[in-house]
Amino acid sequence: MSAIFTARNLVIGALLVFLALLPVYAVATGQFFPLTLLTRIVILALAATSLNLILGYGGMVSFGHAAYMGLGGYVVGIMAKEDITSGFAQWPLALAVCALFALVVGALCLRTRGVYFIMITLAFAQMIYYVAVGLDRYGGDDGLTIYRRSQFTNLIDLSGKVQFYYLCLALLLAAIWLVSRLINSRFGMVIQGSRSNERRMRAIGFPILRYRLASFVIAGMMCGLAGALLANHTDFISPAVMHWTRSGDLIVMIVLGGMGSLFGPLIGAITLLMLEEGLSRVTEYWQIIVGPLLLFIVVYAHGGIDGILASLRRG
Amino acid sequence: MRDEVILLIEQCLNGLQFGLLLFLLAAGLTLVFGIMDVVNLAHGSFYMLGAYFAATFAALTESFALGAVLALAATLAVGMAVELIAIRKLYGRDHLDHVLATFGLILFFNELVRLVWGPAGMNLPLPPFLSASVEILPDVHYPAYRLAIIVAALAVALTLYMVVMHTRVGMLIRAGASNREMVSALGINIQLLYTLVFGVGAALAGLAGLIQAPILTAQIGMGENILIVALVVIIIGGIGSIRGAFVAAIFVGLVDTVGRAFLPELFRLVMTPAAASALAPALSSMLIYLLMAVVLVWQPQGLFPVDGK
Repeated sequence: MSAIFTARNLVIGALLVFLALLPVYAVATGQFFPLTLLTRIVILALAATSLNLILGYGGMVSFGHAAYMGLGGYVVGIMAKEDITSGFAQWPLALAVCALFALVVGALCLRTRGVYFIMITLAFAQMIYYVAVGLDRYGGDDGLTIYRRSQFTNLIDLSGKVQFYYLCLALLLAAIWLVSRLINSRFGMVIQGSRSNERRMRAIGFPILRYRLASFVIAGMMCGLAGALLANHTDFISPAVMHWTRSGDLIVMIVLGGMGSLFGPLIGAITLLMLEEGLSRVTEYWQIIVGPLLLFIVVYAHGGIDGILASLRRG
Repeated sequence: MRDEVILLIEQCLNGLQFGLLLFLLAAGLTLVFGIMDVVNLAHGSFYMLGAYFAATFAALTESFALGAVLALAATLAVGMAVELIAIRKLYGRDHLDHVLATFGLILFFNELVRLVWGPAGMNLPLPPFLSASVEILPDVHYPAYRLAIIVAALAVALTLYMVVMHTRVGMLIRAGASNREMVSALGINIQLLYTLVFGVGAALAGLAGLIQAPILTAQIGMGENILIVALVVIIIGGIGSIRGAFVAAIFVGLVDTVGRAFLPELFRLVMTPAAASALAPALSSMLIYLLMAVVLVWQPQGLFPVDGK
């Protein structure tokens, strides 16, 4: 336990303190823009954390993870449109729909390996995208405005910016805790083992498919929760949320932050969105910088930011 | 009854044309994957560039044919440059790296097009002899341009087959796909071969783009939607197999086009018109993905699996 004060732990600690204290700054100065931006970052970090469970630890490169964000968001949006605004109904249903979709898609996709898996998850996400575009009653291509956020009686008011931010942050931390418990359990060992050597795990006698499918469903539900939060955050849901470039963004966050690292997705989400925010102020054509930067990171900086931090020795 | 038959013939021709277009895209994707083992998501960017180049060069030279030839040369050059600068670094790396790096390339190319050509789309006008229609059956007219596409794409497919199966370069390509080290050991410049194959794949995508430009306009992001359909094609066909890509492309093209045309009618037979018009569009856009799911349940490696991949 001598290595508590490593560079990596210090950075993560500072980050968490910053995230926890940000609303204090917002309330004190009356500037709520940073809080809104950080709420979005925290929600996307939750989605990236869920993807990290299957991609980082399980080696399942799902390129359609944004579909769950869209599904979660659409369940909230459609129910709000039909005058069912209780969060106690909306959120469990969002999770159930995501679980069901993940179960069906996972059962099909997990039969395939490698590049087939990447492409088939992408294709299924695109299918859901087109279904959402075809939903004329719920705005089709233009999306759906949500006039009332999910209601949780007197428990919590999602319209309060600070309350909502803390809810998102708490859920993110809960998700990170859950992932850390999962990966250190027997279940997590099987998942990680099947990433390193599937044949050997099979030979030992583990029903790999079932374990993988279970992690796929858990990740889908977690991402659906992020979708429900995002719909409440933006008061709007549209097919754009699950466009395949959004799935790409989630993968970028994980790789940028560090694959298979607990706080990597959070670091990656902050880095990517801050980068976008910063570059978009410099030039309208900011993606012309982000694209090659991504290429550069892939080719030259493998372990992501968390990998760099972990390799630093303190002092 | 006669109207329905004519509609069916027209839709089948449209489907064939869409399928051949998909084949042009899928051929490049599957070649690059089969030979270099690289997943190239930026393939759709070459499709987009082909359309923009053709519109620009055709406007400059005031000739459709000359514009098309110059556009093909330009996409070939861009493809080879991309291979030299970026893709070359990715050989032997993880598929996830390919996905990310080529995702970066997509962002770059979309923004580059917006910077150079602006956010509005570009039109590519057809020459008069192609914008007419042809009487394919008594009293049945079909656009000449769409027929020309079918003929041209079939010719390209045949040429590709002849080159890969019956020329020396094709032999080297096939050899390089099965054993890279052995081919280099025999004194063949495999790097050059890879650059060439990647460039040709890009040019094929560019060809698909310039073919499509007069029907749809050249737009930013046009490559991404069709890329995903092309991915579905190569998954169904078996990644790395040109023959599989051809069969699957025609199949997907037909199913998609004919499904969109006739599914609403079929639904109206069994349910209320309101329900049919609500359900049919959603289901017809899902059709090819359902097809893919069925094929994968039955054959997880696609219809024409390639050994060792």
